[in-house]
Amino acid sequence: MSPLETIMLTHDKTQLALHQLTTGEGRPLLLLHGLGEESPTSVPESAQQWPGPVWALDFTGHGESTVPLGGGYTSEMLMADVDIAIAHLGKVTILGRGLGGYVALLIAGARATEVRGTVITDGPGLFGGPSSGPSSAHILTVANPPSGVNSPTPDPFALIELSTDIRPPDYASNFAQMAAQMSGLDRPITMAARGRSPWIDAVIQEVGVDTNTIEAALANYAAIA
Amino acid sequence: MSKIRFLNHVHKFSTVKASLKRCLNCFLPRITYDPGVTNSPDDAETAAAKAFTGARRPDRHTMINSWGVSLACHEWGELDAPPVLMAHGGFDFSGTFHLLAPLLADAGWRVIAWDQRGHGDSEHATLYSWDADVRDALAVLDSITIGTCPVIGHSKGGNLMMQLADAQPHRISCLINLDGLPSKWPSPDTSDHERTLMLAEELASRLDYRRGASSKIRRPGTIDELAQRRAVMNPRLNIEWLKYLVTVGARQDEDGWRWKIDPSLRLGGFGPWRPEWALQRMPSLSMPFLGVLGLEPDAMSWGTKPHDVIPYLPPGGRIEALAETGHFVHAERPVEVSELILDFLPTI
Repeated sequence: MSPLETIMLTHDKTQLALHQLTTGEGRPLLLLHGLGEESPTSVPESAQQWPGPVWALDFTGHGESTVPLGGGYTSEMLMADVDIAIAHLGKVTILGRGLGGYVALLIAGARATEVRGTVITDGPGLFGGPSSGPSSAHILTVANPPSGVNSPTPDPFALIELSTDIRPPDYASNFAQMAAQMSGLDRPITMAARGRSPWIDAVIQEVGVDTNTIEAALANYAAIA
Repeated sequence: MSKIRFLNHVHKFSTVKASLKRCLNCFLPRITYDPGVTNSPDDAETAAAKAFTGARRPDRHTMINSWGVSLACHEWGELDAPPVLMAHGGFDFSGTFHLLAPLLADAGWRVIAWDQRGHGDSEHATLYSWDADVRDALAVLDSITIGTCPVIGHSKGGNLMMQLADAQPHRISCLINLDGLPSKWPSPDTSDHERTLMLAEELASRLDYRRGASSKIRRPGTIDELAQRRAVMNPRLNIEWLKYLVTVGARQDEDGWRWKIDPSLRLGGFGPWRPEWALQRMPSLSMPFLGVLGLEPDAMSWGTKPHDVIPYLPPGGRIEALAETGHFVHAERPVEVSELILDFLPTI
């Protein structure tokens, strides 16, 4: 199967690929892939009951999005990738795998009124690097750096930089708190991941964070306006 | 600084000098370039701004490639003199060293300063991060020598150099930090709820900026207008010096001068970096260390005082605090700062 439609969105110097996987009535569900992955070409089993259209975004350096030269990835810049997709789609519910789940948490806090429910699931890049600083200094380089915007994906710089980024528990908690205080939803975030790390442990302690299955969480979010 | 350490240092330094000739051909490619010089002669305003007493433009300009991003390097002094590397601060460019670098070059050093990605004459990158800046710094160092080298960094550049030195202790022979020592941020005197709202507003503002980043261009103006705008963040600096900086860090378009810095860049952090992490790393540094602090409060400064950093100094490390001096210690007091540096660097 292939997506119904792929739209290229401009985020500063990057072209981001946003794929529509199905049509439907109501609020879109936005899928965020894990580190080193790309958008699926069909709706995953766990999201097949979603009544609205399902879209999936390729992060910078992944899938059909352009590959920057010289790296410089941060989870915050991927959050801005998602915000570009939200500017196009309007209010969304988000289902994020691994790194995409962490990025989903960030955007759920930063755009609390635009994100109507976030589900974080297991997937590559879920844990990130050290849970807090300081860590021993290091300089990461890659053997085969990208040579142009059409270089193959995933970008090896994305793989090394986004698997080692620092994710302090209290930093992650801030985003859960913002979602809880400003979304107007009782449970704006659902932790469906089974993996546990310091940032995940901190987030699930927050008011407004549910632990549930993907299917149950999406059913809850589909029911809200 | 102990005598033993100093002797060690000289030994390392001699090794570099001996290896210079041997290695000149195996460094990263360096391409000479002309930094935006126009064919038409300067108008009166430009000529006047360029004539700032004590400022000297670099002797050479080169471009190096850091993993696909072109970085502009600027050099003073003889090509075969021992190198010293300089790193500018955030939202600055290597023009900030046009007063200090010539004084070091005249003392026998080959001074190399580079414009960080997105700054000055360097390429506007797609992505920016602290780790990418450190990696770029290593690429610049690799383009100069495969041995060790003293490094000097101002503000953010000082902090970058501390991380480079921590990650690559075998490459940095001594470290000089010009008002780039962070101290712990004061605890915000606000409730958690208010702090969350402030953070949310800041994040929304940054995301809004990213949404429009692809179409942003810097506002054009006269040399004087750009200097006045910079004076807001550099209030202690002589306006004539700021005008001079315009002629280095801005380009002259049909509709006026505009700063070369990537318009998608925005001051401040967008992530979980905390200044105390840099402080925690300081005691581990193994090379001679000199920190120079400006004691006057300044818009761009961390406001760090000697007592904030003395507990974290590496063994033998030194702090010099300059009274009646702000954040840009090297621009306010180039002669005094050059004397401190030359006294600290090994004798040539």
